[in-house]
Amino acid sequence: MAANPLKAPPAGPGRDAAERPGGELRIRPRRHPWRWAGVAVIVLFAAMLAHSFVGDQAFAWGIVGQYLTAGPILNGLLTTIELTFLTMAIGIAGGIVVAAMRLSANPVLSRVAWFYVWLLRSVPLLVQLLFWYNLAALYPRLSFGVPFGPAMASAGTNTMIGPFTAAVLALGLHEVAYMAEIFRGGILSVPRGQTEAALSLGMTPRTALARIVLPQAVRVAVPPTGSEVINVVKGSSLVSVITLTDLLYSVQKIYAENYRVIPLLLVAVIWYLVVTSVLSVGQYFLERRLGRSLSRNARPGGRPGRGWPCWRPWRQRVPSGEPS
Amino acid sequence: MNSPAATAAEPMVRAIGVHKSYGRVPVLRNLTLDVAAGEVLCLLGPSGSGKSTFLRCINHLEVPDAGHITVNGELIGYREHGNFLVEASERRIARKRAEIGMVFQQFNLFTNKTILGNLMEAPLRVRREARSEVEERARANLRRVGLADFASRYPGQLSGGQQQRVAIARALTMRPTVMLFDEPTSALDPELVGEVLDVMRDLAADGMTMIVVTHEIGFAREVSDRVAFLHEGEIAEIGTPAGVLDNPAHDRTRAFLATVR
Repeated sequence: MAANPLKAPPAGPGRDAAERPGGELRIRPRRHPWRWAGVAVIVLFAAMLAHSFVGDQAFAWGIVGQYLTAGPILNGLLTTIELTFLTMAIGIAGGIVVAAMRLSANPVLSRVAWFYVWLLRSVPLLVQLLFWYNLAALYPRLSFGVPFGPAMASAGTNTMIGPFTAAVLALGLHEVAYMAEIFRGGILSVPRGQTEAALSLGMTPRTALARIVLPQAVRVAVPPTGSEVINVVKGSSLVSVITLTDLLYSVQKIYAENYRVIPLLLVAVIWYLVVTSVLSVGQYFLERRLGRSLSRNARPGGRPGRGWPCWRPWRQRVPSGEPS
Repeated sequence: MNSPAATAAEPMVRAIGVHKSYGRVPVLRNLTLDVAAGEVLCLLGPSGSGKSTFLRCINHLEVPDAGHITVNGELIGYREHGNFLVEASERRIARKRAEIGMVFQQFNLFTNKTILGNLMEAPLRVRREARSEVEERARANLRRVGLADFASRYPGQLSGGQQQRVAIARALTMRPTVMLFDEPTSALDPELVGEVLDVMRDLAADGMTMIVVTHEIGFAREVSDRVAFLHEGEIAEIGTPAGVLDNPAHDRTRAFLATVR
């Protein structure tokens, strides 16, 4: 553990008193006794917690293990992942459009976008979910045809919008509002000079936005988007109220029969942790890829030489070589 | 205009009665100016005199309140329709801008693209030229500004002087008929100014029409065919470098030259 901050750095050849002119004085790092006291307290609490985890009957790890990979649970997990994927796809695509509308010089587009964001962010997601699920009460039939004229095709709302469609609509349209604000922030973070340079080269405002501004805005938008994905994974558990069997609802169905509430909730917790961790890793690699052009010591076509910060945090503090 | 270069039949850039104000502060007042093909014109003047605003009006990054500007005999930003000037579509303005190269004080290289990518983006996207042809031209232009080895670097890895030379090469890759320089050396460390001016000198010797907003009096004297001194949005004085710089007729010019020397 060379990087242990609690220990003095090893005396290397450069630190040797004999090698330095007038170097008979040596540095002794400051002691930190309270850190050791803090560590002792934390270890004590962790041990108590671990003991209760392992020993306490309520946790029933055997049951957790038994249900962790059970068919209904995995089906629920799959539904949760599908919901997250579709929601984010709608959210990102719609978010870019709404953000571009909001920043457009066209006052109609910009006000419509403002209104959309205001409305969808103001109404609780749970209410929106119930609203889409009960759309049939408002519009019993949905038809496609001439406005105010004859319909060419028509179907009952309840046959078209089942629980899954209602969930995707509610989560997706809600997400559009949040993603629009994230992309708007990203676009505003790109200096005006980038657009001016693009225009001066003969690009239309639309090309300049798509080719120059958006790619730079995305880099800024990735960290908050990562948070949004995680929010959507967890937020999708609300769909249990409209009887869609996602991860949480499939767990609830089982414990409603066998009353093993805590072990089954633990099954859900473990899967939520797994999904979120996988997403965090993905975000790290995405950021590293998008950050290539910013890294001063990037080699042509290469990657910046940095380690995975979760398990090698000290690597980042090593000063990197100056660009030639 | 008594310069021999300005007597050519059709001026490359012609500004007639250009007026522009920000709120109630006028920055350009009834500015009229012709720049001939192949001419190098330096715009001097204290800050706030409207030099940069005028330059940005030429490629319609700023829209004049009154007056109009033609480049290569064609109106920029408008088209004539009977007695009206009709505001042109974005596409039409863009096509016109593609003929006009511009170099900014802050370089404004696209930070998400490599150096070669910076040069190739507009010819590929705007002109839809063949990739191989564009790449050949882009590499030739990088050689010209002495940065052939930097093609696959990113802008952030270059010094200011190198970035500005790339910006010039990027503008040239669109094969513009006129180049606008907006204080190209003002953001550079003193030791990097020379390398950028060398590239511009080379370009001028090649016969490029150039309008340069600058504070480099030495460059203006050596390279330009004419020098214009702007004061409060008007051309106070225009003529040969020797005339304006060594023998200024206007008090304001004299006062300004005394401060920058």
